[in-house]
Amino acid sequence: MTPTSKPFLGRGLAAALTCLGLGAVGPHAAHAQETPATAAPPASLKVERGDALYGRPENGAAVKLAPVAGPPLATPVAKLPLDKLKVPDGFKIEVYASGIANAREMTQAPDGTLFVGTRTVGKVYAVLPQAGADGKREIKTIASGLHRPNGVAFHDGALYVAELSKIWRYDDIEKHLDSPEKPALVYDDLPKDEAHGWKFIAIGPDNKLYVPVGSPGNILMPPDTHAQIRRIDLDGKNAEVIARGVRNTVGFDWNPKTKQLWFTDNGRDWVSEDIPNDELNVLTEPGKQHFGFPFCHQGTFTDPEYGWGHSCAEFTPPVGLLGPHTASLGMRFYTGTMFPEAYHDAIFIAQHGSWNRTTKLGGAVVVAKPGADGMVAAVEPFLTGFLQDNKYVGRPVDVLVAKDGSLLVSDDYNGAIYRVSYGH
Amino acid sequence: MRPMRRRRAALGLVSALGTLLAGAAGAAPEAATHELLAPCVACHGAGTSETEGIPSLGGQLPDYVVTQLFQFREKQREAPPMNDVAAEFSDDDLRAYADAVATLPPPTRTGAPADPALTERAQALVAKHQCTSCHGADLAGRESIPRIRAQREEYLAKALTGYKSNARPGYDPAMNEVAQELSEADIKDLAAYVSRL
Repeated sequence: MTPTSKPFLGRGLAAALTCLGLGAVGPHAAHAQETPATAAPPASLKVERGDALYGRPENGAAVKLAPVAGPPLATPVAKLPLDKLKVPDGFKIEVYASGIANAREMTQAPDGTLFVGTRTVGKVYAVLPQAGADGKREIKTIASGLHRPNGVAFHDGALYVAELSKIWRYDDIEKHLDSPEKPALVYDDLPKDEAHGWKFIAIGPDNKLYVPVGSPGNILMPPDTHAQIRRIDLDGKNAEVIARGVRNTVGFDWNPKTKQLWFTDNGRDWVSEDIPNDELNVLTEPGKQHFGFPFCHQGTFTDPEYGWGHSCAEFTPPVGLLGPHTASLGMRFYTGTMFPEAYHDAIFIAQHGSWNRTTKLGGAVVVAKPGADGMVAAVEPFLTGFLQDNKYVGRPVDVLVAKDGSLLVSDDYNGAIYRVSYGH
Repeated sequence: MRPMRRRRAALGLVSALGTLLAGAAGAAPEAATHELLAPCVACHGAGTSETEGIPSLGGQLPDYVVTQLFQFREKQREAPPMNDVAAEFSDDDLRAYADAVATLPPPTRTGAPADPALTERAQALVAKHQCTSCHGADLAGRESIPRIRAQREEYLAKALTGYKSNARPGYDPAMNEVAQELSEADIKDLAAYVSRL
């Protein structure tokens, strides 16, 4: 008998299990399940003040605010909030795929197969491109039992999947959707902190893998290994830090004209209902820029605790502000031709929506239109309606310009993907 | 042979449950819920668990229960025999059990309340770690966040220890994050106090 099995094998319980036909399960199951396969690794770093609520004032309204994860089961298609979702005139929104619990980052293969990562359910899905006679697209679960496999990136026939602290490559994935080959480990020199540990990943025009490492808590002095974006060769070698002072980016893309990296960054909590804004940043000098965290927020004010002795002038300011606590996550430049001219080279941004705010903000896809000066000229609502009466009926996580120029939007609250198209 | 025996046992349970579900369709809702809950109640008690190591389920909200059953099914949370019990459940089964479990009355505490010294230490910990932010002012839970007041003491201690070591990865990492800062003495005090509420 093992220590873990002991509490479950009291005489009374054994009797209860036996009368339920479960007698055979007890001791053997307890023993057999002591495998480390799905147990999370211990944290590599003991972080002080590493939880989401650090910094909260002891005040009646503030204590009611806390992040709440969405459900583990996908919403049935008939109950999706499609009738509440609004797009601009001339655009149309429909359900692209449903039954994809906790759908997060998306990436698309040349044949149209869509790969989708998850944060809380440990799975990676493939959505087949052709809808069946019933109008539904088949979903295949290509991996399960992973630890927060939020990040997916398709490149040269292979699917790269980012767990919390490991990045894997599934070769020739399109031909192996039913039984993927054992993945190759690409890179695992990553911290194991749960806070901001899940990852958005992408492969740049330089054929390198871009991997963020978030701050291991709301507001703290991050170790040298955190609050940054790294660039790594596709074989996992030559990792280098290309951006520092990045609190938690869960979305980035390359400007199709300049090839520069643009990224969203989630601002800290508990300063105020109204500041700081989430940021939209541009990396112009890889390896040389610091984007402010934890010293300066939104480019305009120094942190009440860590900002003393610093000035925001020391850091690279954002090119756009995305609203306080909006949880601006996935972002992509519009590189298709289906949408009108005004959207070409504009940036679509999925805002998961706030928790650290009494009146919720976000829960939408917005479009940031760049001005002639390289800054963002305007941030406009594009897909709205996920927030109803200060409650979420859905939460956008990522946007993706599909091969046909439509925009796909993932919703981890409902486990669904929507398609926004223009014209016929 | 071990895996086969486990699987057979789990399948046997599932077919029995299938019969229960099918038979329940035409019966009064209370009777259907009662039948569905019979195997749960056998170990967990009808709201209050009398068995060491087995949590009380009374007063939990369906969102929390469905999330735990999901984690058992997916083996994200290892807690034998629940992984085998849930192994073959469909999403609809998870929802049905969660709704049924949510009808159980909140657990009742039978022992003496916490003494003043423990109360003082534990209330300071509750404030420091902001337990009430998510679990509610009376620690009775909300949405997918569990009711913890009057839960069994050793179960609370085990849960916090599991979060601290990451042996129990939360569905959401919030508890893994907060538990990093708890000492063994903190965990003992919190479990003793919260179980006596």
